[in-house]
Amino acid sequence: MANKKNKKEAKLDFQSGWTYAPAPESADHVQLKSKYDLFINGEFTEPASGKYFETINPAKETKIADIAEANSEDIDRAVKAARDAYNTTWSKISAKERGKYIYRIARIMQERARELAVIESMNGGKAIRESRDVDVPLAAAHFFYYAGWADKLDYAFPGRIAKPLGVAGQIIPWNFPLLMAAWKIAPALAAGNTVVLKPAETTPLTALKLAEIIQDADLPPGVVNIVTGAGATGAAIVNHPGIDKVAFTGSTEVGKIIQRALAGTNKKYTLELGGKAANIIFADATIDQAVEGIINGIFFNQGHVCCAGSRLFVQEPVADIVIRKLKDRLETLIIGDPLDKNTDIGAINSKEQLNKIKKMVKIGVDEGGTCYQSSCAVPSKGFWFRPTLFTDVAQSSRIVQEEIFGPVLSIQTFRTVEEVIEKANNTPYGLSGGVWTDKGSKIFKVSSKLKAGVVWANTYNKFDPTSPFGGYKESGMGREGGLHGLHPYVKLN
Amino acid sequence: MNTSETKAKVEVRENGKMENGSYIKDGKRLDVLKTYKLYIDGKFPRTESGRYFKLDDGNGKTIASICRASRKDFRDAVVSSRKAQPDWAKRSAYNRGQILYRIAETLEGRKVQFMSNLVLAGATEEKATTEVNAAIDCCVYYAGWADKYQQIFSSVNPAEGSYFNFSYPEATGVVSAFAPEQFGLLGLISVMLPVIVGGNTCIILAAQNHSTSAIDFAEVLHASDVPGGVINILTGFRSELVAHFSSHMDVNAVIYTGNDVAEIKTIQTNSALNVKRAVFWNHSDWMDHTSHHPYLIMDLQEIKTTWHPVGI
Repeated sequence: MANKKNKKEAKLDFQSGWTYAPAPESADHVQLKSKYDLFINGEFTEPASGKYFETINPAKETKIADIAEANSEDIDRAVKAARDAYNTTWSKISAKERGKYIYRIARIMQERARELAVIESMNGGKAIRESRDVDVPLAAAHFFYYAGWADKLDYAFPGRIAKPLGVAGQIIPWNFPLLMAAWKIAPALAAGNTVVLKPAETTPLTALKLAEIIQDADLPPGVVNIVTGAGATGAAIVNHPGIDKVAFTGSTEVGKIIQRALAGTNKKYTLELGGKAANIIFADATIDQAVEGIINGIFFNQGHVCCAGSRLFVQEPVADIVIRKLKDRLETLIIGDPLDKNTDIGAINSKEQLNKIKKMVKIGVDEGGTCYQSSCAVPSKGFWFRPTLFTDVAQSSRIVQEEIFGPVLSIQTFRTVEEVIEKANNTPYGLSGGVWTDKGSKIFKVSSKLKAGVVWANTYNKFDPTSPFGGYKESGMGREGGLHGLHPYVKLN
Repeated sequence: MNTSETKAKVEVRENGKMENGSYIKDGKRLDVLKTYKLYIDGKFPRTESGRYFKLDDGNGKTIASICRASRKDFRDAVVSSRKAQPDWAKRSAYNRGQILYRIAETLEGRKVQFMSNLVLAGATEEKATTEVNAAIDCCVYYAGWADKYQQIFSSVNPAEGSYFNFSYPEATGVVSAFAPEQFGLLGLISVMLPVIVGGNTCIILAAQNHSTSAIDFAEVLHASDVPGGVINILTGFRSELVAHFSSHMDVNAVIYTGNDVAEIKTIQTNSALNVKRAVFWNHSDWMDHTSHHPYLIMDLQEIKTTWHPVGI
């Protein structure tokens, strides 16, 4: 009886006692054009085909702007502009001046941080709390960090002289549109390369705002070119003979296609691909802190995160209490208007992604998993998916093996350290992992045995410009961030 | 002692005569010929395929029958390397350094054997001597790196907020590799050591013309406390093994040292199957000291970043 009583007391109920008043971030200060052209050679120019596609607000399913679709002719123009800029200006100006340009970008981004955050949430569906506190500040910090490297490359690679590669073709995903642009452009420019970057089809707006910032920062024309379009545009970049290096962030499936496409060429490449991270919670962990970390690990950015902690492993003695606390916490998550400052979970990025998540959840149920979803209401328009937990899943379940890229957590239990390491590593992926325990020696044992490029111990989903990020195995190759993130953009003599 | 002295001591005897129960041919007693086998999992098995190719001395005289390794031999070797990898990576850097140094010691004592292998394969005595000496020194060089590259390529990252985080290199895992065709001993060692010193295990295909040196070197490894499976050595045809070395789903990286454009493309294409790291080391001169450096070790390493909050 006492146990039952405790359970009742522990139940969190934020809904019935009072309601949150809406706290929307205003969008009236945002300057958006109704049509965006391609940013090539320092100017916005019309696409050769004359074709445009719509970009929408996934929370409302309303159109925001028309976006130019670049074809191979446009890519050719962009690569030529980047090559000219490399030959005539960017490789000629002093490293110190190069750094100063990059610092300028960082500072203007900070000045326009609020506008960028609002646009990021409007175009991508992510909660304003995240775009305001994570995406935009980190993106600016990334430029600020790499700006300083430009004139210090002589100290970066002992015994070697670092030289730029030339023109980098960069393709980025829709989950962190501005931040991924920063991860790609900043180290490339610092090392002396010029850039042709393609933002994702569904989220081009902040990259185009970044193009305006680059214009306002007076960067020499052609140093950064931003071209919009879908898969065919990306393929045109990858296959263009004038590209010296390809940097891609996206799914493992597309990463493999790119790796194959580059066979037989001399192009260098780095890939930052999918993940299926294990988040491991031991019985001796601080449970409430761990539950909060697990929630953040999987529901951050609607689960549209390559390093999301999508496989939870709970040690048996605490499994019941952890699962109960997770369910309680799930009920308190606020899902809704991405521009509302109270929102925890925003809109799913696209209809296509929503369908993929629904399909995977159905597979999870069909394979015998027990599905638990938050009972929260979701708006009638837009793309939404309730935060979801799965229990009664096996290592072989598809929802345990495959990346869902949505707010879906699968929960398994374990007894020993050896068992959980075996299970955690039993995946082709190896991007990230989490360990929750109060015992330091256990942290070092587990974190050193996880085959993953980033391990968060007693925290999760933390990022920083100084800290290398990237995967083992099929999660990709090469690192972004920190000193190690310079390496993919230089050749060493 | 060098080979010319050895040769000078051979007593020239009359051809075609019986002497003390031996039939004298080419003025020598009848040599005991060695059966060259593969080196897999710390053992010397024959190829499961039963196939062989002849290695001759350049004048049409057969030196040995060499195992022509098959896909199955390679797959067995991968199983062995995968099994050996965690323990090898877990050993202390000091221990791995000592084992690499031990290879140098063992090789030093068997210089003559390797010099005569290289001479048989066409090198002058002077070149053979220089190469064997360089090979021994190469072992000492990488032995020294065992506990040093980590510090050079690690970082403590000044992340914002109440976090402590650091990044350090870890072995990529199981590596397949092709020894360069030139420098039968030095080339083999120069490719193998940067791989294993960083905690990887490997399957390496010997240069076809230097198969005897490679398998004799396996005996050196065997006698130097290198655990079974850490290095597997196969002999055979590169052309028929390239596809398997690069497509195996449990191999994390492949190293190619040749310059055949079609083979390079095959390796790059197949690597996409499991996002394999395709590494190309195209040094024409492995004698050059600039061909040995820690960036080769780093080609087979992954950087891991570990975060922890700072607080009470």
